[in-house]
Amino acid sequence: MPGEGVPKELDGDELSEIRLAVRRFVRERLIPHEAQVEDEDEVPEALVEEMKALGLFGLSIPESYGGLGLGLEEQVGVYEELGYTSPAFRSVFGTNVGIGSLGILLDGTESQRQAYLPRLATGELVGSFALTEPDVGSDAAAVRTRAREDGDSYVLDGTKRYITNAARAGVFTVMARTGSPASRGDGVTAFAVDAHLPGIEIGAPERKMGQRGAKVCDVIFDGVRVPKSSIIGGVPGQGFKTAMKTLDVGRLHVAALCVGAMQRALDEAARFAQTREQFGRPIAEFQLIQAMLADSSTELLAAKTMVRATAARFDRGKAPSADASRCKLFATEALGRVADRAVQIHGGAGYIADYAVERIYRDARLFRLYEGTSQIQQLIIARDVLSPG
Amino acid sequence: MKILVTVKRVTDYERKVKIKPDGSGFETEGMNFVPNPFDEIAVEEALRLTKEHGGDVVVVSIGPNDATQQIRQALAMGAQRGILVQAGELDSDAVARVLQKLVEKENPDLVLMGKQATDDDANQAGQLLAGYLGWPQATFASKTEGLESAEEKAQKPGVKVADGWASVAREADGGIETIKVQLPAVITTDLRLNHPRFASLPGIMKAKKKPIEEIPVASLGVDITPKVRVLKYEEPPARLAGVKVADVDELVNKLKNEAKVI
Ligand SMILES: Cc1cc2nc3c(=O)[nH]c(=O)nc-3n(C[C@H](O)[C@H](O)[C@H](O)COP(=O)(O)OP(=O)(O)OC[C@H]3O[C@@H](n4cnc5c(N)ncnc54)[C@H](O)[C@@H]3O)c2cc1C
Repeated sequence: MPGEGVPKELDGDELSEIRLAVRRFVRERLIPHEAQVEDEDEVPEALVEEMKALGLFGLSIPESYGGLGLGLEEQVGVYEELGYTSPAFRSVFGTNVGIGSLGILLDGTESQRQAYLPRLATGELVGSFALTEPDVGSDAAAVRTRAREDGDSYVLDGTKRYITNAARAGVFTVMARTGSPASRGDGVTAFAVDAHLPGIEIGAPERKMGQRGAKVCDVIFDGVRVPKSSIIGGVPGQGFKTAMKTLDVGRLHVAALCVGAMQRALDEAARFAQTREQFGRPIAEFQLIQAMLADSSTELLAAKTMVRATAARFDRGKAPSADASRCKLFATEALGRVADRAVQIHGGAGYIADYAVERIYRDARLFRLYEGTSQIQQLIIARDVLSPG
Repeated sequence: MKILVTVKRVTDYERKVKIKPDGSGFETEGMNFVPNPFDEIAVEEALRLTKEHGGDVVVVSIGPNDATQQIRQALAMGAQRGILVQAGELDSDAVARVLQKLVEKENPDLVLMGKQATDDDANQAGQLLAGYLGWPQATFASKTEGLESAEEKAQKPGVKVADGWASVAREADGGIETIKVQLPAVITTDLRLNHPRFASLPGIMKAKKKPIEEIPVASLGVDITPKVRVLKYEEPPARLAGVKVADVDELVNKLKNEAKVI
C-alpha cells in the first residue's frame, strides 16, 4: 500500500519495497565493507552468503525457476542501489542475474533451463559468460574458439580472456565456432559448459586498475568434450544472436549501475564541498564548485531518466536494441565525467584512497570498456540511425 | 506455540523530526516511517522461537492504514499473518487495552513487544498489558551471551522456553538478571537480545500474499479516551559553540572553574 510515508526520491518516484530492502542492505552491510574489499581484493565469503540469503542471485530469473522474476524496470532500480557501493559486490552475482544466465534463460531449451536456472537463482551455482578471446574483442563475430563435432559430442579448443567470475563459475556460457572462419557470426554456437569438465583450466586472476574484489581470468579449453545437448537452444549457429541478446540486457544493467555510482560520487562531492573550508568558507559556496555539482546532478538525472524509461519500454517489448546501447554509452561516459568532477572537488584528497571518490574514479573506467566499448555502442547506434525504417 | 508480536509504525530514527511551529506535533511531510526497532527485535525473537518450537507468529499494529507497510515488513521477515487495528494516536494505556482484547481473541502463548517505541519512549504498554491480562511479565529481555556469540550467529533464541515456562535474561543496571515466567506471559525486548534479520527479497514477494486482517478500533468496544495528553513539543536547546584550549593546563582550569566538573 503505497502511502504518504513511502520515502520519495528527489524526483518524486516511490521506491518499491524490493528496492528499499536492497538499499538498506547496501547501506548497512555493503558500504561498511568497501575498504576491506579494496584492501583484500576479495568480497568476504560471509557477505556472499548474506547476498544469497537476501535473494540477490535470483533477481532476474523467473519465479517458476526459483527466482524473483523482476521485470527490467524493477531490475534497473535495484542496480541503481547496488551501483551506490563498490561494483565488486554486484559482480559476485552480476553474472548470475545477467550475462551468465541470460543465454540459457532467453534461448535455452526447457531442460537446460531446469538444469541450471534454479541453482543459479539461489547462488548455489555461479554462471559466467565467455565470449572475449585474446584476439577477439570488439569484433565478437570473429570468435576463434573451435567446437568440433565428434559423434554425440563437440570438442572445445581455445582460450577465453577477461572472463568475470571464471574462478567461481559452475557453468560457462561459451561462444565457440562450429562453422567455418568465414561464416562470421552465423558459425558461432553458444554452449552451456559445466566448469568442472576435464580439459578446462582457469588462469590466474588479472591485476586490474579498479573494481578490486571482482575477478577476471582466462579460461582455457583444451579438448573439452561436451554433449550435443549442451548447445543452448539445441540448434548450432545461433550463438552470436544469443550473445547479442544477452548483451542488450547486460548493457541496461551496466547503465543502471552507472546511475547509482553517479549518485554516490555526487553525494560524496556535495558532502565534502559543504565541510571543506578554504578562503574562510566552505568550498561549496564557490560558484565554480557549484557549477560542477550542477552539471553532475543534471547528467545524473538524464541518465537515470533514460535508463528507467528504456527499461520500461523493453518490458513492454517496445524498445529497439540500439536503445540499450544509447543508455550504456551515455551513462558510462557521464559517470566518467561525474567521477572526474568528484575527484576535482575533493582536491588532493580525491587522489587519496581514504576517500571513496578515489575508488569510484578507478572503478568507473571499466564501464566504458566491457560489454561493448563506447565506440562499439556508437557503431550500433549509428547503424540504427542509418538503417531504413 | 503461538506468539503475538506488536509492531508500531514510528518515525525513522535516522532522520531528524521537525516540530510544528505551534509545538502541537510533528511535520509528517517528507518523513520516513519504519517499524519500531525494538519491535523488529521482538519479531526476530518470535521467528527464532517458532523455528525451534514450531508454531505461528501473528503481527499486530495499531495505527493508521499506512501501518500495513510495517506489518508487511514483519511478514517479509517470516511472520505468518497480520492484524491492523485502525486507530489514530493512542496513549500507552489505550494501546494496552486494545491489545488485551486481541489477546483474548487470539489466545497466544506469548506476547512479545519492544520494550518501548523509539518515537515516544514511553516504555509502558507491555507492563500495562501484563497487568490487564493478569499475566506474568519479563521486561528488557536480553542475551546472556553477547551479540557476537556463536549462539547469536546460529540464530538461537535468547528467550528459552521449556515446560510451559520462559527464562529471560534481563538487562539491569550493572548486570544481567535471569528470571523465569510461567506462560502465557508478556515479554518485552531490549536492544541486545538479537540482530534482526533482513527480510529476503523472496520473503518480500511472499509477504504481499499473506493475510492482514483490518479491525476498526471502534469495533473492539475498548475505552480509548486518552488519560495522558501531550501539552507541547519543544526542540532541545541549541548547543553552544565549543572553544579550543591552548593546552592541558587551560583545559583543567576551565573544567575546574568554569564547568565546575572536577
Ligand atoms: C574487467 C573486465 C571484465 C570482463 N568481463 C568479461 C566477461 O565476463 N566475458 C567476456 O566475454 N568478456 C569480458 N570482458 C572483455 C570485454 O568485453 C572486452 O575487453 C571489450 O569488449 C573490448 O574488447 P578488447 O579488449 O578486445 O578491445 P578491442 O576490441 O581490441 O578494442 C581496442 C580499441 O579499439 C576500438 N575499436 C575496436 N573496433 C572498432 C571499430 N570497428 N571502430 C572503432 N573503434 C573500434 C575499441 O573501442 C577500443 O577503443 C571483460 C573485460 C574486462 C576488462
